[in-house]
Amino acid sequence: MTETEILSALHPIFQDVFDDDDIVIDSETTAEDIEGWDSLAHVNLVVAAEQRFGVKFRTAELESMRNVGHFVALISTKLNG
Amino acid sequence: MAELHWLPRHADPGAALNAAKAEPDPGQRLARAIELAGYQRDFVLTTRLDRFASKALSDPDPARKAGLTPLRVALLSSHTVDHLVPAIRVAGLNRRLALSVHVAPYGMYRQALLVDDPELTAFAPQLILLALDARDAPLQLSLQATKGEVDEAVQARVNELRQLWRAARERFAARVVQQTLVPVDPPVFGSYEGLVPAAPYAVIDRLNAAIRAAAREEGVLLMDLAWQAAQGHYGPGLGDATRWHQAKQLVSPELAPLYGDHLARIAAASAGLSRKCLVLDLDNTLWGGVIGDDGIEGIHLGQGSPTGEAFVAFQRYADLLAQRGVILAVCSKNDIAVAEAAFKHPEMVLKRGDIAAFVANWEDKAGNLRRIASMLDIGLDSLVFVDDNPAERDIIRRELPEVAVPELPDDIAGYPACVAAAGYFDAVSFTSDDAARGRSYALNAERKVAMSQATDIEGYLRGLEMQLSAIRIGAAELPRATQLINKTNQFNLSTRRYSEAEVERIANDSQAIALAVRLKDKFGDNGLISVVMARPDPGVGNSELLIDSWLMSCRVLGRQVEQAVLEVLARLAAEYGRTALIGEYRPTQRNGMVAEHYPRLGFEPVETPEWAEPDASFWRLDLHNTPETHHFIEILNP
Repeated sequence: MTETEILSALHPIFQDVFDDDDIVIDSETTAEDIEGWDSLAHVNLVVAAEQRFGVKFRTAELESMRNVGHFVALISTKLNG
Repeated sequence: MAELHWLPRHADPGAALNAAKAEPDPGQRLARAIELAGYQRDFVLTTRLDRFASKALSDPDPARKAGLTPLRVALLSSHTVDHLVPAIRVAGLNRRLALSVHVAPYGMYRQALLVDDPELTAFAPQLILLALDARDAPLQLSLQATKGEVDEAVQARVNELRQLWRAARERFAARVVQQTLVPVDPPVFGSYEGLVPAAPYAVIDRLNAAIRAAAREEGVLLMDLAWQAAQGHYGPGLGDATRWHQAKQLVSPELAPLYGDHLARIAAASAGLSRKCLVLDLDNTLWGGVIGDDGIEGIHLGQGSPTGEAFVAFQRYADLLAQRGVILAVCSKNDIAVAEAAFKHPEMVLKRGDIAAFVANWEDKAGNLRRIASMLDIGLDSLVFVDDNPAERDIIRRELPEVAVPELPDDIAGYPACVAAAGYFDAVSFTSDDAARGRSYALNAERKVAMSQATDIEGYLRGLEMQLSAIRIGAAELPRATQLINKTNQFNLSTRRYSEAEVERIANDSQAIALAVRLKDKFGDNGLISVVMARPDPGVGNSELLIDSWLMSCRVLGRQVEQAVLEVLARLAAEYGRTALIGEYRPTQRNGMVAEHYPRLGFEPVETPEWAEPDASFWRLDLHNTPETHHFIEILNP
């Protein structure tokens, strides 16, 4: 999966977790940009992404997630080694 | 298996939710939400569904609430539970509850109960879950601690919990549910762990055993998560170390739907909404093969073949359910004589006499399930229908959405576990009357036959040779009386639900009359079948007695028991120097059958007082000239 494909696969996950079909994400999107992206929603996002991509994030990685681009890069590393 | 595997799968629940959002009528939106709550759903969809359902429920028109019972649940926890709330509410919808959930600040459960929590007080919880975990309040023990030291520390911790339970009951008159501690810490000694008194697993195991014993003594319910975890229902996601360090979650988000359902079924049981009757198909459900084609020699049942043993195992499970008071019924497409003859098979665990309602014919099963409900005088929403045929299951779900229809595995070997996992019959008590109940419903069917044979109703009632005893509710009657108060929906004038402690409080009031009523007849003992509680109330006159609660099991409907009960109640009230009884009828979705109860008994209508609910009606019976009661029941005491 390319990073672009990962980003478009993440899009419906964001829409579902925040229950908002109007959400648009790009690699620069941060928690500040999305209403409701609190720590609770963050765990939900992480778990939903883990299920979708069949990966598991390390505790340290969860701490360092800054924006969607970083999220995508992490998934990409896990999927493509 | 961390999913709701007994619920049917929806082809596209996301699209169905979007379609429901477009529905213009709020009542319809709520109905769609309840329907979707009955399908398998992951945590993301469950959270979306909750947001949608909560909006629909906030609509002010209570009639739209579609027969849901409102219940306020407070979560007091030592681990993060906020992410579980949507799943708890959605599971409530699937179990006919409109749950309001309040989460006390994380880790503050002691303060909330012992000091003061104005928000919790304002919320007035009816059910309090103490959701604790193994990492909370660790017992300060070294690994070398002796068994005696461990016992002492365990006892101290359990005593603290007892204090909290009592505070919850006394401050809020709430029913308490204690979550057992899931052993999450890895073993230190390997298999030797359980042999070292102070090893982490051994300590948690002892704590749970002590918690269960104390809960039984204190009338506290359990959310037995430790046991559920041991059964493997939660898979590896309970106590996931990453989630714990990240967010102090004991229960990972993907397990929320299951956890929510486990709590909702306890809440449903405490609100009297557990199912009462297991309706079984016959061919390929109770035995392998088709009795009409294969004959009694040809069906698979019993030792000798793996399939035959698996059917025996399912029958054994059904038999155990019957022993704890679940009513058994049969609904089969068969000739009745052929179907009944199959029960003479030597390997049948279930006997014909265990089946309270036996319906075998070639008509459609929806109609037959209606017949079964009416034969047993219970609602369709008390039925669970088990049928190996997916098409029959599908039809019943569509035609009779009130009936619970588990989605069964392909293999009969999985039936007992599936029916158990679905949690239809969760209990909040177990009394000796429960054990006799199935038999009692079966006898009722015989009584109905006797009635249809009797030429006149009076002759039938006289012929039953009924004997009634009404005694004050004491320690012996308390569990069953409380159970009846909390699970009777139809013949229930006020539908007030009380904990054992509250019933005890009313029964101990020297000015009150709280009676437990038993009925025997020539067919057998019906057990404790009615409760009536009357007490003085500032809202009625000084010399009057308000009938706070009057309820009766539908098993003894139409037998003039209420006439005999009134006779006892009126006599006692007069002996207490009371001049009148005041009756109150509070209508609910389910108690329409007693709307005319008081006028039928000769009560006169009076104005509904201001303090009462506006749709309640009030009735008065003057005790100076009590009208004659009409019944054919011998009253044994007082």
